Amino acid sequence: MKKEIVIARVDEACRLNGLYTLLKLSRTDGGSFAGTRPGQFVEVQVPGGETLLRRPISVNNVDEAGRLWLLVRKAGRGTARLVEMTAGDSLNIVTPLGNGFTVDFAPGSRVLLAGGGVGVAPMLYLGKYLKDKGVDVEFLLAARSKGDLLELEEFEKIAPVNISTDDGSAGEPGLITANSALGRDWDMVCVCGPAPMMRAVADICRRRDIECEVSLENMMACGVGACLCCVEKTVKGNVCVCTEGPVFNIKQLTW
Amino acid sequence: MVNLGVKIGQLELKNPVLTASGTFGYGVEFADFVDLNRLGGFIVKGTTLEPREGNDYPRMVETPSGMLNAVGLQNKGVDYFIDHIYENLLQYDSEIIVNVSGKSIDDYVEVARRLQPLDRIRAIEVNISCPNVKQGGMAFGTTTDGAAAVTAAVRHAWDKTLIVKLSPNVTSIADIARAVEAEGADAVSLINTLMGMAIDIERQRPYLSTTTGGLSGPAVKPVAVRMVWQVAHAVKIPVIGLGGIMSGADAIEFMLAGARAVQIGTANFVDPAATMKILDDITAYCNRHNIADINDLVGLV
Repeated sequence: MKKEIVIARVDEACRLNGLYTLLKLSRTDGGSFAGTRPGQFVEVQVPGGETLLRRPISVNNVDEAGRLWLLVRKAGRGTARLVEMTAGDSLNIVTPLGNGFTVDFAPGSRVLLAGGGVGVAPMLYLGKYLKDKGVDVEFLLAARSKGDLLELEEFEKIAPVNISTDDGSAGEPGLITANSALGRDWDMVCVCGPAPMMRAVADICRRRDIECEVSLENMMACGVGACLCCVEKTVKGNVCVCTEGPVFNIKQLTW
Repeated sequence: MVNLGVKIGQLELKNPVLTASGTFGYGVEFADFVDLNRLGGFIVKGTTLEPREGNDYPRMVETPSGMLNAVGLQNKGVDYFIDHIYENLLQYDSEIIVNVSGKSIDDYVEVARRLQPLDRIRAIEVNISCPNVKQGGMAFGTTTDGAAAVTAAVRHAWDKTLIVKLSPNVTSIADIARAVEAEGADAVSLINTLMGMAIDIERQRPYLSTTTGGLSGPAVKPVAVRMVWQVAHAVKIPVIGLGGIMSGADAIEFMLAGARAVQIGTANFVDPAATMKILDDITAYCNRHNIADINDLVGLV
């Protein structure tokens, strides 16, 4: 799909808790975001001019109206501005970027989608997409505490949700790696979250010989494979996460 | 209709807008956003004799009005460029300029020698100013003797247009420019990145794997304009200006300071269509100021 610069309007800006905002965007040219693949990302220009580079944000969902959902976590100065956006604001985005998750499964395949923190974001769209293709999907969501679970009701609409919380206030207590869902059999486990969590889940999958894809979020400038800043070491050498990723099969990585 | 054509050595550019090495890939990465045929030319990324993996991640951090990078000349080597990239670029009508880097003078010469037979490569830009490699690069660009030696050696191996890219990390950039002009450079381009550093105070560690890196973006623009102005007064060969150009207004500023052409770098990361807007804005400026020939602007200040 051709990459383009799109002017989008914020239709809704839902504050999920102090750190997160869910932005629902529509194209001002009347077009749709429907061609976007699960696991792809967009580069958002931060309004106000206080920061220079765009911020890469993963695609959380493309809804029935063809709107793009971005789940933004306040992490630095750029995202601090983005979580304060309100309905009616406009955003300049470059889209769609990156490769996306594997989606060509036979109907009935069993796929676990694991997300931690803001890493749950790409799993919603991926889950919906795979479910529509007849794949047997389950989610595994991890957070510090019950109140930190994001978009839970959206996930529950799609497929069964397994939960891990550090304090045991929802689902199973402890880290995501201790969740019983990881002990079952899967044709693929897809993971997005903090690097230590992804590495730990990848280790389990490697040990149990389960296919595993991870979505990396290396620091990025251009998003189109030109600046070579976001590289990850792979079996083929340093490659750009923005074009060869952000999704990698763990067999490609040197983890 | 304003004439935008400019001449750099034997190279005739249809307009003064070039892309800076390392910020525009091989051009094709931007084909969805930019009509590559409209560019004066694009300067493909730093090319070395042997493939290079570059520096470890993290290689980039944003700083106020700019960014630090420490890519370290990651590229697949000159032979890969010749065998796999070059042919794909022939479809474009813009000049293709190869940025050449090396660990030793012999490296620079050998890369130039291998590029010499390629008809559509009518110019190379010799990079004696990369701050992110341990050997070569900036080591040659920070002394007049080093800069002169690389230029003289490459000049023997390369009979087409020779551009030398200068480092701002020197006491007198005008002296370096004079030295490369004396050894037969057809043009100089400046500035490469300014050496900088940033520290993550929470983790109490530098942001970059290499500790230091090269600063680019709007933050460096006043330094670059000053250096272009100094060099334009010091040499007779054309000066190509770069350093934080984000808009047509910035490009005009460089030309008034003495740049015959400009390179767009970090702006490509902020707006992948930046080069097209800059070209349109330069044209609009000339129309507004009744300038019939863009060359009339060069060095007015």
